[in-house]
Amino acid sequence: MCSGRVDLDFILRAFSNGQDGVFIGGCNLGECNYVTHGNFDALANTYLAKKVLEHIGLNPERLRIQFMSGADGNLLAEYTDDFSKKIKELGPLGKSEGLDKNQVKFNLEAARKLVPYMRLVERERLRVPVKSKQAYTEFFESQDVDRLFNDIFSDKLAISQIMMLLEKKSLSTSDIAEKLGLNSSDVSRHMINSSRQGFVRYDTASNCYALA
Amino acid sequence: MKTDIIVGAIILSSGITPFDPSAREEYGYTKYQNVVTSMDYERLLSSTGPYEGEVLRISNKKHPKKIAWIQCVGSRRVTEGDNSYCSGVCCTYTQKQVILTKHHYEDVECTIFHNDIRSFGKDFERFFQRAEQLPGVEFIRSYASIEKEIPETQNVVVRYATADDGVKSKEFDMVVLSVGLNPPKAYKEISEKFGIELNAHGFAKSDSSNPIQTSRPGIFVSGAFQGPTDIPESVFTASGAGSQIGELLDYRRGKLAKERIYPEERDVSAEAPKIGVFVCHCGANISSVVNVPATVEYVSTLPNVVYAKEQIFSCATNSAREITDLAIEKGFNRVVIAACSPRTLEPLFRDTLREAGLNQYYLDMANIREQCSWVHAKQKDEATQKAQDIIRMSVARASQLEPLQEFDLPVDKAALVVGGGIGGMTCALSIANQGHEVYLIEKNKDLGGMARRLHTTLEGLDVQTYLDDVIHQVYQHPLIHVSHEATIKKVAGYLGNFTTTVETEGRVKEIKHGASVLAIGADEYKPTEYLYEESDQVFTHLELEEEIAKGNETVLNAESLVMIQCVGCRNEDRNYCSRVCCSHAVKNALALKEKTPEMRIYVLFRDMRTYGFREDAYREASEQGVQFIRYTPEDAPQVEAVKEGGKDVLRVLVPDLILGQRLELDADILSLAAAVIPAESTHEIARHFKVTLSPDEFFKEAHVKLKPVEFATDGVFLCGTAHYPKHIPETINQAYGAAGRVLTLLSHDTVIASGSVCIVNEYDCVSCGACITACSYGAIEFKDTPKGKKAWVNPVLCKGDGVCNAKCPTNAIALKHFTNEELGSQIDAAITHEDIIGQMNAVFEEA
Repeated sequence: MCSGRVDLDFILRAFSNGQDGVFIGGCNLGECNYVTHGNFDALANTYLAKKVLEHIGLNPERLRIQFMSGADGNLLAEYTDDFSKKIKELGPLGKSEGLDKNQVKFNLEAARKLVPYMRLVERERLRVPVKSKQAYTEFFESQDVDRLFNDIFSDKLAISQIMMLLEKKSLSTSDIAEKLGLNSSDVSRHMINSSRQGFVRYDTASNCYALA
Repeated sequence: MKTDIIVGAIILSSGITPFDPSAREEYGYTKYQNVVTSMDYERLLSSTGPYEGEVLRISNKKHPKKIAWIQCVGSRRVTEGDNSYCSGVCCTYTQKQVILTKHHYEDVECTIFHNDIRSFGKDFERFFQRAEQLPGVEFIRSYASIEKEIPETQNVVVRYATADDGVKSKEFDMVVLSVGLNPPKAYKEISEKFGIELNAHGFAKSDSSNPIQTSRPGIFVSGAFQGPTDIPESVFTASGAGSQIGELLDYRRGKLAKERIYPEERDVSAEAPKIGVFVCHCGANISSVVNVPATVEYVSTLPNVVYAKEQIFSCATNSAREITDLAIEKGFNRVVIAACSPRTLEPLFRDTLREAGLNQYYLDMANIREQCSWVHAKQKDEATQKAQDIIRMSVARASQLEPLQEFDLPVDKAALVVGGGIGGMTCALSIANQGHEVYLIEKNKDLGGMARRLHTTLEGLDVQTYLDDVIHQVYQHPLIHVSHEATIKKVAGYLGNFTTTVETEGRVKEIKHGASVLAIGADEYKPTEYLYEESDQVFTHLELEEEIAKGNETVLNAESLVMIQCVGCRNEDRNYCSRVCCSHAVKNALALKEKTPEMRIYVLFRDMRTYGFREDAYREASEQGVQFIRYTPEDAPQVEAVKEGGKDVLRVLVPDLILGQRLELDADILSLAAAVIPAESTHEIARHFKVTLSPDEFFKEAHVKLKPVEFATDGVFLCGTAHYPKHIPETINQAYGAAGRVLTLLSHDTVIASGSVCIVNEYDCVSCGACITACSYGAIEFKDTPKGKKAWVNPVLCKGDGVCNAKCPTNAIALKHFTNEELGSQIDAAITHEDIIGQMNAVFEEA
């Protein structure tokens, strides 16, 4: 198994379970144990996951990837110590971010549902043509990618959150807006789109939306 | 009882004996308690050693705060009872001991009294730098002896001398004598019994054209009985001795082998998981840190665990047997071994499952040694907690494991050898002599490689005569097919079944073969320094050798000749030692002295690295008046072309570190020890064969010590200078070693492919092709199914990296043995039971 097998979902799953930090170890970039150079995929996934964390208000430094060879036991120890120190500083998940634990879990679960979608986006729009650490860093830290990510991710996350709320019970647009801290016009837009796509239906009697 | 065993060949691997310093007054060994040998110290560092891995002074059982190492004890000396040769391994093992010591005890001061630092092995230069850069570590270039013991403290005073400060004394809590390697104790008896000759040092005598062969046909030698050697050389000479015996006895191969019969596999797929857990003490490696009994008790409470037990060494034969027996008796259907990294012992434990009639993929190993006890020696409670966490995760995964089937792949019996130098040809001949077709690919018009430019070796081999003979043998061999002026266009296939497309002399052909050997050699660095290519008086050592062989009058009649070592390596661009240049300088110097005794020869060096028996030649050159002058890279020699007394000379300026003045040497000829650099084609060949490179861009072997002729890529092997610079006899050793490994593959009719490959669930596949793009092995393709085109994995090509899994938007592709269910359950189990309950409570509160 290659570090490229480390799924976006694994990372979010660990955080959703309440882990305060996630560390990914991979072979040195450019020195692949296979021929796949899947460690670059791990790097891309890490950047993506960091953006997701940031988007839902979590400190992206809770996720770290480091590269080393099989002979670098000392480095692994060093990196782990340093990361543990950082996580201790940050404290329990959500705490230093000032977020409620259940809210964090709710948001992470909503984000997990978007993993299949993020894989498609990664494939189509977040491909880095050159396999070098510099190219990956420049690409994922560019404002263009940030904008692209926000454009496509914030709406999808909101919809995912709404679906999770509706799983429990039917809600009105204003209920949803209040629970998620969104403005009602955005919620209305999402509800109209989702209803067009046949995911939700509007119950005129109660003025509430329910899952279709 | 006396038994006669009739055999066709014999291998002597009688190893070495550490030098015993007790006879030498100046070291006080056995007289002073706190003077130990490096072998003793190795035991102190070992967790199965006298103090369970704690380094303690014998006198008061306290941790030493100041430790000194004295290098070259028993080596590089011509005094009676000492060895004149260099033992070759002590510099680096000392650095290892220093690094380990500093790792255990950060505040210990380590001082190393040394002569030359001989970091000539692969990656050794970097290793030395790592040791040297540690805080509180000092390397002092000086001979040293033990002056006295201080009676009150039993501390030891070391006497040494440096160029700056003269003679000094320093007190240490402990002194380690870095003892050299002696021939095996019973070497005389061995030589008489087996009728083989020994060399002057008591090691097996051999010819440098085949160092594995003793003076008596049919008797071979492997390992350090050839001469002082490190582990990788021991491993490949062992494999090489096997190959040479194969050449003699191939017709009897497999005659004594018995097929292993396993009990029939029990189908447990319908049963609920019943897990047996074995927690290993690893002697004291684990149990000195982790509380094993408490861990066993905890593990017993985990879901699906029906049995848990501790073992002193789970890998011991009786323990493995116990696992098998208990699995049958208690009816487990899954086993977790909490011990070391799966890297070494997973095959062994899989075997114990097969012996119990269980599918071998029902095993999981929890690494509580490398990833726990070894790194948390000082935090015992936390380490115990962590061990329990690791095992809990492993148990969770084990519950999800599925039985997998491995499959047999047929093996094509031919080999492809890339590179027609000494390494490639020797390897090709050894393979062909065991009845296998060999396709030998050479990029040039002629065979011979770098050896075409070499004429003698320090051991006295006439290289050109030898080379002609080998080339002749290659062309005469009915099973060897040589392609000249060949380039590799494409390599397809896998272990046992490669198809390589080669363009040779204008034609393109496809070669089918089961194994590949990469012996593409190395290149010579073209110096940009010291007026090379600007003055016709400047040569490289290789060019100088050629000029000497040609009888170039200007060179042979030179009054003064200067050699500069380490040109183009041991620097920022190439952070390695080219290994051969010091001996090359000495060889050229001796050849010149023989022809023109009055020639003044100066060798400007950083560390003379004439390891092993080559030390004798260094001494000989010194005795013949060759002057060796040390320089440091910070104050490297400077060269300018000037006219002196009407003739063109090269004026070399170099500081004399001993006399503290600047020397001005006027040279008629300047010879540069140009680095050995990776062959130009290295990257291209690596890409074709999907093999990796080391930081210095030589080929990277599968394991630096234990698998020195294999790549991590199955079915591809390496030898010669493409691996790292080396001398001809070393290349020959390694070439036979590679042949031996090739034969272990080609002598089988089939190879076993791992069951951990990807599989597509056609129902979930949306035919997006994401997995196909992600696969570097071309293992996935679309296949027509009744439901339309769906991705399909060719299990033979799949190498199990699983990158495709993380790309599939519908989770339709799964890497067996590392499925989402298996890994997900492991991730979930990383949270403790208490945490889960806490979270559940929180949910209830909310509801």
